[in-house]
Order: sequence, then C-alpha cells, then structure tokens
Amino acid sequence: MKMIRLIPAMALGLMIFFTGCAPKDADIRSEIEKKLKANPATAAAAVTVIEGVATLSGELADENAKAEAAKLITGIKGVKSVVNNVTLTPPPPVFIPPVITADDPLMQSVKDATKDYPGVKAEVKDGVITLTGDITKASLPKLMMTLNGLNARKIDNKLTIK
Amino acid sequence: MALQDKYQAITNAALQAGISDLQVREQSGVLYIDGTAPSGAVKDQLWDIYGQIDPNFTGGDLILDVKVAANANVTRARVTTDSSNLNIRKGPGTDQPIVGKAAKDEVITVVSQGNPQWWLVRTADGEEGYAYATYLTTEA
Repeated sequence: MKMIRLIPAMALGLMIFFTGCAPKDADIRSEIEKKLKANPATAAAAVTVIEGVATLSGELADENAKAEAAKLITGIKGVKSVVNNVTLTPPPPVFIPPVITADDPLMQSVKDATKDYPGVKAEVKDGVITLTGDITKASLPKLMMTLNGLNARKIDNKLTIK
Repeated sequence: MALQDKYQAITNAALQAGISDLQVREQSGVLYIDGTAPSGAVKDQLWDIYGQIDPNFTGGDLILDVKVAANANVTRARVTTDSSNLNIRKGPGTDQPIVGKAAKDEVITVVSQGNPQWWLVRTADGEEGYAYATYLTTEA
C-alpha cells in the first residue's frame, strides 16, 4: 500500500528531475521566441529547436540584427548550438533621377539625328523633343532609337506616317 | 505605377536578356528605362516589344535608352546607310567639316566607341574621323 501511494510522487519527482536537466525542445523554442519578439530588431526572426540545436531563420534588416538574434539565444538553458540561417533584407533600389541633356547640346544632337530625314522637323524646349512633319514607317524606329539615346526629358512624336 | 505596368513586357525582356545595369523609373509622367545590352540583337528585341505596345511611338511616356555594350574586340563595322555614302567628319557633329566618305556596305575600322552617337572610324584609305553610329553595324 505504502509503495503504491509513492508511485505518483516518484513519477513527479522523475519528471522534475528530467525537465530540470534537459528542457524540452518546445520549451526552449518558446523561450527563444519570447526573447526574439521582445526586441523589435529581431522580432521577424523565426526559430526551430531540434534536440537542443536552435536554428534561426527569417529575414532581418542587417548584420547587427542577425548577430543580435544569435546573441539573445546564447545562455538559454538547453541550447546546445545555434545555426543562424537568418537572411538579410536587400536594400531598397536607389532612385537615380534620369539625366537630362541641356537644350543647346540636345538641339545639336537632335539636328545630327534628323539630318537625313528631310520631312522631319524637330524642336527642343526644356529637354522635350517635339517632332512634326512626316516620315516613312520603315524609318521611324531607327530615328526613334537614336533620339531615345540623347537623354531627352520626353519625346513628343507628332509625325505623320507616310 | 501604371506606366511601369504598360511597359512591363520591355522590363521583363530586359531582365531576361541580362541587362545588368537596368534602371526603370518614372518621373513626371515619363518612364525611363536605361541599360546596356550585351548585343545589338537584344536592343532590337526590346524595340520590337516597344513597337508592339506603341506601334508609332506616339505615347510620349517612355524614354527607352538601351545602349549596346562597347565591345573592345569589335574593330570592324559595315556601313548600313539606306543608299548614300556615310560622311566622316573631323569632329563629333554634323556642324563639323567632312574629311572623308565611306560607301554603303563598305567595312571600316572602328577606332573608338567612346561617344555613343559618333564613333571614331578609319577607312581603308586611311581617312580617320567621326561617323554617325546609327549607320554602322558592328561585325564580329
């Protein structure tokens, strides 16, 4: 009788003993997650824990945040090692405004480009090339290709196709 | 964003063709697509797509500035005028004096493609000067 009563107590004792030595993966994971979420820089990272090996994933802003995430984990009980698979957010593309040629050199270049198309008249104002007159359908792409390479602000094509 | 959608097919083809320095941006109602194509064929392909979207190029909302990579190995070019001779000038510009002429289909030496519009060339007769690049097709 006495022994039977002791069994639950022993089982409880064993449980406490084992959890005390080696925390469960799930518990480690929730503790790591709590720490990651507490820091805005690392909140976007995710973690999995398998047999004490914590693997970090997700996308963070920079190397500092990535290192910080790994640092938060070290010292957590039960973590044997850390695999840091966090990727970095690529920087946003830099907006480089288009280069616009000043009117005088642009006009000179437009003159060069339109010289061989007697039907084409061209004007340049504030970087905008305005085309009037007429051109053959076959010649149009060639002229447009050249004009598109002159760094104009805009090409206003009012040409009539012959 | 609407303009980027309108010309999405050009941007996609440019990315696929490996235009590494591709830039696409919109400013004041005009979309600017810049980059350097690895070959003239890629540039022509992009222009074909542009021609499908806007057959007569009358939209006034795109500047497609695709240059063909200057290839140091290319030293020969064929004169591809419609019928006339190609003027060779002292300097880069139609205001410059003519120092020589190259016939249609003549193959001449390309000395420098430093200026995208005006290439420095030399004819078989040794005449050296600037010719308008539109009328020159590089030969391998």
